[in-house]
Amino acid sequence: MSGHTSSYEPTSRWGKWWDERLPIPRMMHGQFVAFPTPRNLNYLWTFGGILMFCLIAQIITGIVLAMHYQSSDVLAFNSVEHIRRDVNFGWLIRNMHAVGASMFFIAVYIHIFRGLYYGSYKAPREVLWILGVIILLAMMATAFLGYTLPWGQMSFWGVTVITNLFSALDTIYTGLGTAIVEWLWGGYSVSGVTLNRFFSLHYLLPFVLTGIVILHIWALHVSGQNNPTGLDIKEPSESVPMHPYATSKDIVGMFAFLILFAWFVFFLPDYLGHPDNYTEANPLVTPPHIVPEWYFLPFYAILRAFTGSFLGIPLGSFAKLFGVLAMFAAVLILAFAPWLDTSRVRSAKYRPLFKWAFWAFAFTCVALGYLGSKPAEGVYVMWAQIFTVLYFLFFLVAMPVLGLIETPKKLPRSINEAVLGPDAAAAKH
Amino acid sequence: MTTMKRRLTSTLVAASAAALLASSPATASSEAHGPEITRQQWSFGGFRGQYDQAQLQRGFQIYKEVCSACHGLSRVYFRNLVQPGGPGFPEESVKALAAEWPNQITDGPNDEGQMFERPARLADPIRGPYKNEKEARAAQNGAYPPDLSLIAKARGVERNPSWWTHPFLMLGDIFASYQEGGADYLTALMTGYVDPPADVKVNDGMYYNTAFPGHQLAMPSPLSADAVPYSDGTKTTVENYAKDVSAFLSWAADPTLDQRKRMGWQVMLYLFVTTVLLYLGKRRVWSKIKH
Repeated sequence: MSGHTSSYEPTSRWGKWWDERLPIPRMMHGQFVAFPTPRNLNYLWTFGGILMFCLIAQIITGIVLAMHYQSSDVLAFNSVEHIRRDVNFGWLIRNMHAVGASMFFIAVYIHIFRGLYYGSYKAPREVLWILGVIILLAMMATAFLGYTLPWGQMSFWGVTVITNLFSALDTIYTGLGTAIVEWLWGGYSVSGVTLNRFFSLHYLLPFVLTGIVILHIWALHVSGQNNPTGLDIKEPSESVPMHPYATSKDIVGMFAFLILFAWFVFFLPDYLGHPDNYTEANPLVTPPHIVPEWYFLPFYAILRAFTGSFLGIPLGSFAKLFGVLAMFAAVLILAFAPWLDTSRVRSAKYRPLFKWAFWAFAFTCVALGYLGSKPAEGVYVMWAQIFTVLYFLFFLVAMPVLGLIETPKKLPRSINEAVLGPDAAAAKH
Repeated sequence: MTTMKRRLTSTLVAASAAALLASSPATASSEAHGPEITRQQWSFGGFRGQYDQAQLQRGFQIYKEVCSACHGLSRVYFRNLVQPGGPGFPEESVKALAAEWPNQITDGPNDEGQMFERPARLADPIRGPYKNEKEARAAQNGAYPPDLSLIAKARGVERNPSWWTHPFLMLGDIFASYQEGGADYLTALMTGYVDPPADVKVNDGMYYNTAFPGHQLAMPSPLSADAVPYSDGTKTTVENYAKDVSAFLSWAADPTLDQRKRMGWQVMLYLFVTTVLLYLGKRRVWSKIKH
């Protein structure tokens, strides 16, 4: 934390030499060895490390794939098959990268829900949280660009649908949306030109992402970690050094997560994908149902909830624009959580009403995910509209109102009291 | 204050209850989907599965004698038929097979600048009879017989359970590691030719099939009993033909499955043991600290 100073003492001559010139070992020791972490963190706090692993694994497997991949509309699909069939262990690298994207999102969603439950977004961690939302956006952009690259039917039509969203801006200023879409495509339709630039950006964004992740970790190391009680660390005995305490726990969480990861890589590599992506892109044949990857389904459901009307309110030609705005708003609204939540208490553990709202919100997200996988017709549309409203109600009503009206449970006086019980904590004084 | 809280809680409960109880969305648009496809037993199914070499050899025989009249298999090379984890034919017999394969390889240009046809070698793909889609459509009355290299991966079984059973079936599939939807579909397709119901008018040049989406396809029933002789004593029924060629096409689409699943077990074992050891280490590290 900010008040924390490094106890690093270089012992070797080599260590002293560096310490006077570029004290990286001192920084690493201060931030990742002696750094104080709350003693009461549970396994949900291991997802930060898991996400770091996911990012590094995606970059390494991605760099290897790029050595064998061809980003041309004629060769892309064949080159992926070449990787699967003829490159030594190409199938393994390719499965790790494709499954890895899904695992990255599973981990990031758990990480975000953990933050929402324990109030990790509240002061003084607003900047840390907003950096997290930017990371989520960058991850989504990277995943979307990456899904284009195999150049299968779902790649092609997914890109067509999503890039076309920008044409909704035509309803604000004629020609603006179309101009943006053609600029993104590099032509008048999705083509090899689009594929090539998407490959370039897909390679670029993870490094931008890494930069934001470094800022995210920096911000974390200024304010320190939140913990299940939501209370601040008040005295040194409430924290333990990061190493070996947090690190020994992080690595257990990471290996448990790797079991799930490996299960999909080796036994279910195509479960999270779509069969249509094993058919090469064909601009002349539209698949019956165009669906994005599972991690986009809740947002896709919100987008498609805005048909000609929304819960009986006619939208006319603005329907598409509203859908697009709602979809982006669904992500961006997360960034406002620190100010929408009016409660002085951080952790939902001590917030009897907010706890309900949180689980209702979690159910809403899963329901939207289910509805996003279904065709936008009949009763699905109505349910998507209802859950879209519930999604935004959580942020716009539950967060501000519950903080004002609910009486929180009695908070422990300190982390030590929560962990050791009131008597033992008092005896320490 | 407390009444207000209680009212809010009950509204939330009511909202989620309404979501749970009201009409099931799954009843919408069931017409658009095909019938439920029966799940077959596959030697390569589940997390322990491996290909049955004899079945792959029989499946290749079906492909060669029946399917290859119209369909190519161009992502599979003759050399793949020799490799471990596949049909594993002897190299000499595959060399002979390639040399006799009726769909020759266009090569060249030669010293005179002309393209020429030559017999296939081990390093060549298994070509179908048509040079391109146009030629195929011209020969097939406008229909296009797709290349079969990836067909087992490019088809799946779409299940449409009610929304509340959906998550459980999904978890069941993940736990059983079900990846054989394509093979199940292909088997259902090849055994799904029946007389159309009285109220269905089948278009000219189309055939009625229970598994095909829309029920009308341009491919006539490809398999008939005893059409291909088996040398290993397997009964020459349409059902067996369909399953054998589906297994072969599964291998064609996923030739590294055997290696993948074998390595998968080694990796899982390593991860389980390491996780337990790391957990014990963690307990030891934390043993003096209440948390």
